[in-house]
Amino acid sequence: MKTRKQEFWSGVRDEAPILLGVVPFGLLFGALAISAHLSTLAAQAMSSIIFAGSAQFIAAQLIGTGTSGLVIIMVVFVVNLRHALYSASVAPHVKHLKAGWKLLLSYLLTDEAYAVTITHYNREGDSEDRHWYFLGAGLTLWSSWQVSTAVGIFIGTQIPAGWPLGFILPLTFIALVVPALKDRAGVAAALVAGLVGLLAFGLPFKTGLLLAALTGILTGLLVEGRPK
Amino acid sequence: MNIWLVMLIAGLLTFATRLSFIFLLERIRVPDWFRRGLRFVPVAVLSAIILPELTSPNGDLFLSWRNPLLLAGMVAILVAWRTKNVILTIVAGMAALLVLRFVLGMV
Repeated sequence: MKTRKQEFWSGVRDEAPILLGVVPFGLLFGALAISAHLSTLAAQAMSSIIFAGSAQFIAAQLIGTGTSGLVIIMVVFVVNLRHALYSASVAPHVKHLKAGWKLLLSYLLTDEAYAVTITHYNREGDSEDRHWYFLGAGLTLWSSWQVSTAVGIFIGTQIPAGWPLGFILPLTFIALVVPALKDRAGVAAALVAGLVGLLAFGLPFKTGLLLAALTGILTGLLVEGRPK
Repeated sequence: MNIWLVMLIAGLLTFATRLSFIFLLERIRVPDWFRRGLRFVPVAVLSAIILPELTSPNGDLFLSWRNPLLLAGMVAILVAWRTKNVILTIVAGMAALLVLRFVLGMV
């Protein structure tokens, strides 16, 4: 069995490749927040208070256009609703933990940390200390998000056009999803979710993504059928 | 509304969303299908993120053999399936994209 330290560093290591895709977005967010006339302090604080890439981009743009606070709050809430699915998905794995751990890991539950952590939880048998892996992955993403936001605020984005670093993120997700497809129900869930995600891509505030995920999960359940 | 107050409320709501089931799932009774559905969450959500990224590079749907992201994505899917290796998958997908873009001149 792995020690806590080993779990933690495995989480850090497995999160690392994603950073290549995340850092450019952090730079871009920092630069965009400044051009939307947020103060440097507010721009940096948003990355730790909200800590959710797409929601931050939308919020900064809405602040820049003088949208009312209530609308911004609603939009951020809706854009981040998919995290409730992640919460349900990791809940059985963290239920033995103390309240403090649950609060900390909830704060760190982003798309990128969720993707590698749930893969780790599903791949290897139960061990008491796998929340250290979650912490390692989550903190790695968190720190790189804070630092890249800061660099974006003060220096701007210097990444040459034509380097498609944003492609790292879907590639990493492909690497995590494909090996996890082990039965018909899982494949059906993935295909339907992907297809609905594609068709509903135009829906505002990531509601297409949420709709696609829910349709995919439902499809998986239907294909699997009732338990014997 | 003060921008700090907006950020604080939005941040708390985001945090509450992330905490929701981690806090609730052991306290409430959920139907059996709900628990069985949880195993489909990662494949469903991640697929729903992946496919639009491959097919809509600039926000518009581009379903074509001339879409280099789609082709490179297929290479990555193949490599992920055969090797189950994250780094190899990323390298293969990136290499495929760079070849399609800079050698074959696809955009």
